[in-house]
Amino acid sequence: MNIVNFTPVSALTGGLLIGLSVILFFILNGRMTGISGIASNFLISKNNRIDNLLFLIGLILGPLIYSYFTKQKIEISITNSLFLLIGGGLLVGLGTKISGGCTSGHGISGISRFSLRSIIATMTFMIVGILTVLITNIL
Amino acid sequence: MNKIVSLFCGIIFGIGLVISEMINPAKVLGFLNLFGEWDPSLAFVMIGALVVATPLFHLFKNKEKPIFSSSFSISNKKEIDKKLIIGSILFGAGWGLVGLCPGPAITSIALLNMSSVTFVIAMFVGFYIAKLS
Repeated sequence: MNIVNFTPVSALTGGLLIGLSVILFFILNGRMTGISGIASNFLISKNNRIDNLLFLIGLILGPLIYSYFTKQKIEISITNSLFLLIGGGLLVGLGTKISGGCTSGHGISGISRFSLRSIIATMTFMIVGILTVLITNIL
Repeated sequence: MNKIVSLFCGIIFGIGLVISEMINPAKVLGFLNLFGEWDPSLAFVMIGALVVATPLFHLFKNKEKPIFSSSFSISNKKEIDKKLIIGSILFGAGWGLVGLCPGPAITSIALLNMSSVTFVIAMFVGFYIAKLS
């Protein structure tokens, strides 16, 4: 194992903001944040539909507001084929809906409540993610 | 008021994903590449989020009600069942293939990157299929 590209300060700073968002949503609106739940319920359920839509719009406004004030361009890199993008998207949609959470819902909201379900889900998707990258690198 | 809170919490979450660079799939794949060139940053994002959320959650969970809503709604599921494990395996596989999970995927729509938009559309199709089954 070689450690590369490690950015602990920005990672911790971004994490603190995400934690702040999660706890404000709980204290003010009474809900624990999970992005897969917010997004899938916006699609499927009439309950809280406007709230869910506004949260999703907020997510998309985040990078725009950040760029506007810092004048920094946000760069991302995705190198997958169309086939893998569609396959990956389907797996993420199916998997998070079936297990009831994603990196935020299980990994942050669930673990902060000490939910055993969420701790097991987080360990499972992390291990499978690590194995998937290991296999892709070999192929 | 809770509409404004929803929008505001979305914005803060989105900015957190940008600052931590978790919006960039290459950065996430670097974390999952534990047996190669490893980037531990994602672990620090989770630590940062949990350090804020955990103590405050336990401080406020016994309050009568949230400030702008009539009651708290928290999942009361406890069982560790097949659905939890199978769903987490499917999610982990998709996450490891592309490096996007739901939060960063939706946030990255702002960048008008065609790859991430394609991923988000497929993800919503996945939500719908899971709902049908």
